[in-house]
Amino acid sequence: MVPGLIDVHVHLREPGFEYKETIETGSQSAAKGGFTTICCMPNTKPVIDNEIMVEYIKLKAEREACVHVLPIGSITKNQAGEELANIGKMAEVGICGISEDGKSVENAGLMKKAMLYAKMFELPILDHCEDLNLVGGGSMNAGDTAALLGLKGIPVEAEEVMIARDILLAESTGVHLHLCHVSTKGSLDFIRLAKQRGISVSAEVCPHHFALTEEAVDGYDANTKMSPPLRSKEDVEAMKQGLKEGIIDIIATDHAPHHVDEKNCEYEKAANGIVGLETAVPLGITELVEPGILTPMQWVEKMSTNPAKLLNIKKGTLQEDRIADITIIDPKQEYEIDVYSFASKSKNSPFHGRKVRGKVLYTIVDGKIVVDQGELV
Amino acid sequence: MWSKKDLLGIRNLSKEEIQIILELAKEKKAQMQKPLRRKHECVLYNMITLFYENSTRTKMSFTLAGKYLGMQVSDLGVQTSSVNKGESLIDTGFTLDQMGVDVIAIRHSMTGAPHLLAKNMKASVINAGDGTNEHPTQALLDMFTILEKKNQIENLKVAIVGDIAHSRVARSNIFGLTKMGAKVVLGGPPTLVPSSMKSLGAEIAKDIPTAIQEADVIMGLRIQKERQKGGLFPDLREYAHCFGIHKELLALAKPDVLIMHPGPVNRGVELTTEIIDGEHSVIYDQVENGVAIRMAILHLLTEGRKNYENFDQTRIYYRSFYQERRDMRYFNQEWQNSSCTTTNIF
Repeated sequence: MVPGLIDVHVHLREPGFEYKETIETGSQSAAKGGFTTICCMPNTKPVIDNEIMVEYIKLKAEREACVHVLPIGSITKNQAGEELANIGKMAEVGICGISEDGKSVENAGLMKKAMLYAKMFELPILDHCEDLNLVGGGSMNAGDTAALLGLKGIPVEAEEVMIARDILLAESTGVHLHLCHVSTKGSLDFIRLAKQRGISVSAEVCPHHFALTEEAVDGYDANTKMSPPLRSKEDVEAMKQGLKEGIIDIIATDHAPHHVDEKNCEYEKAANGIVGLETAVPLGITELVEPGILTPMQWVEKMSTNPAKLLNIKKGTLQEDRIADITIIDPKQEYEIDVYSFASKSKNSPFHGRKVRGKVLYTIVDGKIVVDQGELV
Repeated sequence: MWSKKDLLGIRNLSKEEIQIILELAKEKKAQMQKPLRRKHECVLYNMITLFYENSTRTKMSFTLAGKYLGMQVSDLGVQTSSVNKGESLIDTGFTLDQMGVDVIAIRHSMTGAPHLLAKNMKASVINAGDGTNEHPTQALLDMFTILEKKNQIENLKVAIVGDIAHSRVARSNIFGLTKMGAKVVLGGPPTLVPSSMKSLGAEIAKDIPTAIQEADVIMGLRIQKERQKGGLFPDLREYAHCFGIHKELLALAKPDVLIMHPGPVNRGVELTTEIIDGEHSVIYDQVENGVAIRMAILHLLTEGRKNYENFDQTRIYYRSFYQERRDMRYFNQEWQNSSCTTTNIF
């Protein structure tokens, strides 16, 4: 029995892309995966960049979602990278942070202003780090595997220069900077340094970045395409080390549902991202807890306690005066991941058929059982 | 016996398979040169050329190779097809597959496009160039030409010069030539010769003279202007000056060096005109050999298809994508049971 899991990085796709996922199906997917609270990213259509959109998400979630949904606002209007979004207004009606997820704010000056502004409202910045000029149209990690497969590579620097830039900006502005889906060894070095210097930063890693390497791309299955891309063996090892050392505070899924037509197509044309809510627990247990990289308690911290701290919400622990968000997991149960059993509308996962251990048996949200014996109620 | 449904790249061919193709191409070359010797072995089969990118050589070479074997060859004019109405590659493939096509030769601007078709359809797919990945028939005809002129591939030094980063010809040749025991050396501006190419077994020379020093074969590659996103080299004038191959440079190579080029050539940029038309050039032999190589490949693939003819006639209608994927798995199982193996992407 663990405190209800919290995922700070989820794409619910509603409004605008209901054919991929809705608040209803996304929350069901979360519940099946053991999550009781999820934060939804603002790259919807329209973008969540004003208080009306935030209210809409909250109302929809109240009516249709079976877990707690916390909206994240965008940093700039329409995520266009030109003017600040209505951060203050959004903070008033309730967002848990701001993010430009899907891309970076390219203009460093604007990013700094956003940080200064967000600090006033005590909002963390959930930062997607990617320099598009360095990505240069690549579709997988640059290196030997890309050379073998003939796909244009995305160098690790595309992530690392942005991480370094935003750490420096966070130092000067004092905002809390949360680095999303960190995937390279070099990024971890910067984060380690930042923490040593006492800068207010935290970092998350996605299960696919510690469970899969770039070699999975062989065969051109677009379910292995994501941003940031699957990285090399050394990077994967570094992620595990970073989790162990505590450089990485949080495991987040970057749940990114896409329709089969957007994946069963040319690799370079395919959409980025995979569904993650329903595979996070078994991958964490199989890849981190069982080999002894994390103790069960450390893993729970990264799945629940630390996310609650980042969002500044009274969750992530099992104690008397808290609401009853609880997840019950059988860590020993062995099974094969089957994408067709997912509650998510989309099935884009590279883990189909993978043997794992650890199954979510019950998810209890606010005292109500929403998943019973592994099935939605 | 041939055991692959598709020809997607040199990377997943064995040395023995390459030898089988090169051997058969010898026979086919004799046939193609003498109309009365043509045998029309593949008269029962048909082929569609599906070219999403422009081509003179490869497309006509496939078409004629098919015709010399007696195949029915049609071209899907991509520019005038439903592709222009926005039909996706996979839907175009499904449509052709349902019409009973046996072989699809596809060229596409994206890496892995032929692999996507091969995974999803029953027709044999030949990669006629995919993005920056592979152009296997070109590498095979290059190897055939080298073998024809030098009687060996093993231990030769082959210098490939130019835009390696964007060249599927270079990549297929690196895979093939290293498998056959040649030493491949790459030359060109560092922005166009990624250091990761070393992992494929090629050497990277520090400059052009080093690359072609004592070379048995020099392959020029076209500077692909349409792929250039700018900033990779200053301009064509500087390129020709620093990286182009001219007569004085040629003196560094072996006296009997072969000059090759997959075409089309930018005269005066990667090679000077006097070299293109000079005594060392085998560029026109390459074109001729291309037809022979493609005849050999079509022969082998259609030969392989005979083994599962019965299954082929019971075509399955697509119910849904997932159903289809299951059917394909069954289909590939069948293929394996009939003592054949599919390409190793499954």
